[in-house]
Amino acid sequence: MPARPIRRRRYRSVPIGRILLLGFFVIFVIVPLYWVFNTSIKPSSDYLAIPPVWFPDEPTIVHYTAALFTYRGLEGLINSIIISSAATVLSALFGTLMAYSLSRYNTGGQHLSFWVLSQRFLPPIAIILPIFLIYRSIGIYDTHLGMILAYTVFTLPVSVWMMFAYFRQMPRSMEEAALVDGCTRWRAFWTVAVPLAAPGIVAAAVFAFIACWTEFFFALLLTSKNAFTLPTVFRSFLSFQGAQYGEAAALSIVSLGPSIALGVLAQRHLVRGLTLGAVRG
Amino acid sequence: MAEVKITSLHKKYGAFHAVRGIDLEIPDGEFTVLVGPSGCGKSTLLRMIAGLEEITDGEIEIAGEVVNEMRPRDRDVAMVFQDYALYPHMSVSRNIGFGLKARKMSKAEIDGRVRAAAEMLGITDLLDRLPRQISGGQRQRVAIGRAIVRSPRIFLFDEPLSNLDAQLRDEMRGEIKRLHQDISTTMIYVTHDQIEAMTLADRIVLMRDGVIEQQGAPLDLFERPASIFVAGFLGSPKMTFLPGRLEIGDKGAAVALGDGAVVIPLPADRPLAGATNGMSVILGVRPEHVSRAKGQDLGPGHLRQEVAIDLLQPTGSRSYATFKLAGMPVMAELEAHDVSRPGETIAVDINLNRASLFDAASEKAI
Repeated sequence: MPARPIRRRRYRSVPIGRILLLGFFVIFVIVPLYWVFNTSIKPSSDYLAIPPVWFPDEPTIVHYTAALFTYRGLEGLINSIIISSAATVLSALFGTLMAYSLSRYNTGGQHLSFWVLSQRFLPPIAIILPIFLIYRSIGIYDTHLGMILAYTVFTLPVSVWMMFAYFRQMPRSMEEAALVDGCTRWRAFWTVAVPLAAPGIVAAAVFAFIACWTEFFFALLLTSKNAFTLPTVFRSFLSFQGAQYGEAAALSIVSLGPSIALGVLAQRHLVRGLTLGAVRG
Repeated sequence: MAEVKITSLHKKYGAFHAVRGIDLEIPDGEFTVLVGPSGCGKSTLLRMIAGLEEITDGEIEIAGEVVNEMRPRDRDVAMVFQDYALYPHMSVSRNIGFGLKARKMSKAEIDGRVRAAAEMLGITDLLDRLPRQISGGQRQRVAIGRAIVRSPRIFLFDEPLSNLDAQLRDEMRGEIKRLHQDISTTMIYVTHDQIEAMTLADRIVLMRDGVIEQQGAPLDLFERPASIFVAGFLGSPKMTFLPGRLEIGDKGAAVALGDGAVVIPLPADRPLAGATNGMSVILGVRPEHVSRAKGQDLGPGHLRQEVAIDLLQPTGSRSYATFKLAGMPVMAELEAHDVSRPGETIAVDINLNRASLFDAASEKAI
């Protein structure tokens, strides 16, 4: 008898439960986002209308212009971009160097790497006052430099830890081959280890950027009129005259932009970076 | 081209003493194989020669120069790693030329050398691919290409074939041997595979627990093992070890196996330095020293014995037959049609001229 190829069942039962669950999840995520967007383009009279206005008849951009220019949202946006980007670059750079040193030279023995992570156990409130006083006395209060330094320090522990895990699972033999091939340690690091660790570096950088982008507490206390970041602008929307829902929603939509763009750009690296090399590329 | 001299070399990892006082001289152009079970320190020794491990104590000289403190890049050695260690983000040609670029060679010269090496290894059509786009055997060729392109003073191989399947391993083994014949540069090769060691080496250095157990030409080690460990490590199937008692009498020496059920007379000319009557010994018989008895008794040094075969393992060209001698299993490598089925009783000749004798207490050869 000729062997019959084993066929897969063509009609699988529809996983209704799974579709319902995923559908619910999508609604849970999308509806609030849509509501924010909706609020940002509807006239103020429709904010709290009953029944709710799902599709405004006359969309407007007036909240966007108000949020960006009247409430200085644009300045906040530019400050946020400068401060978050610079802090991310520094955090990734120092994080990579430190993680490499920890993983390859066992710098600081068993405890240094854990001590680095333990910096994140400290509640920010415990250190913010000294930082504030120091910043005032050395003249970097309410400056980009001050915020970049604070955010670099604030994101470094997690960057180091993520990169440390990444380097630790990377075989050493490629760097050793580079050393025998004629590289210095430094060159082997830049030409072999860093390109191989790129997914981990990107993942750590994305995390650092998002942490900086959404940070409020440091920004609130360490800035006022010059280096204020986007999250602090939202304070102005609550006042004695009431809540500026439209402006808040408009600025929310604006602030989402970079995070989404970054997520899309780094998506491929993110998955690999977060699985810490468990999946072979 | 360079000779290597190692003097009382030690390596400690914390409390673990991986290499314990190695002395070794490797002449220029020799193919030396460091072999031993895993954890014997052979890879550590190789990595110390490469400069990838710090030396705890002792000295390594390359071409008469002490290199203890010298960086790997300045030692002018090339190394082939077990996992190939190709740079995954670089094409095959960039992988091969990487070492030349690191030494600031001109692009034209790099291209020429890369092409020559690729031709030598038959991988010219792979030059533009990435390592992940080629097979394991091809990767190993690229790794070898990366080593030979630099014309180093010494080649170091760290178990280069252990990730390949059996057929490819045989093929690459032949190529490495040919490579050495062609360029006759000093090569130091680490393996745990005794067949690789036997086939490739000009000299085998057999290590155990961080010390050299025995070194010499492959056949020397095979035929005159210094200890039970060496005898058991080299040869496949393994040598059979038969514990017994040495009896030195008027008619010469003999080994009584078991409780004296079988007495095996030793050849009269066999030196027995340091042996005493009644001492516990171990007689080592390799499977190929046992053959099916044919015709006349072979005379002194041979023992003819009727045995019942209780296990038969045919390989096609040869058959491995196991039988009991004084209750202990002995393996014989017979010709394919010497035995047809287990249970058969045949006469075998055991060649005692080539058997090994060890002191049971010290496990050293007598």
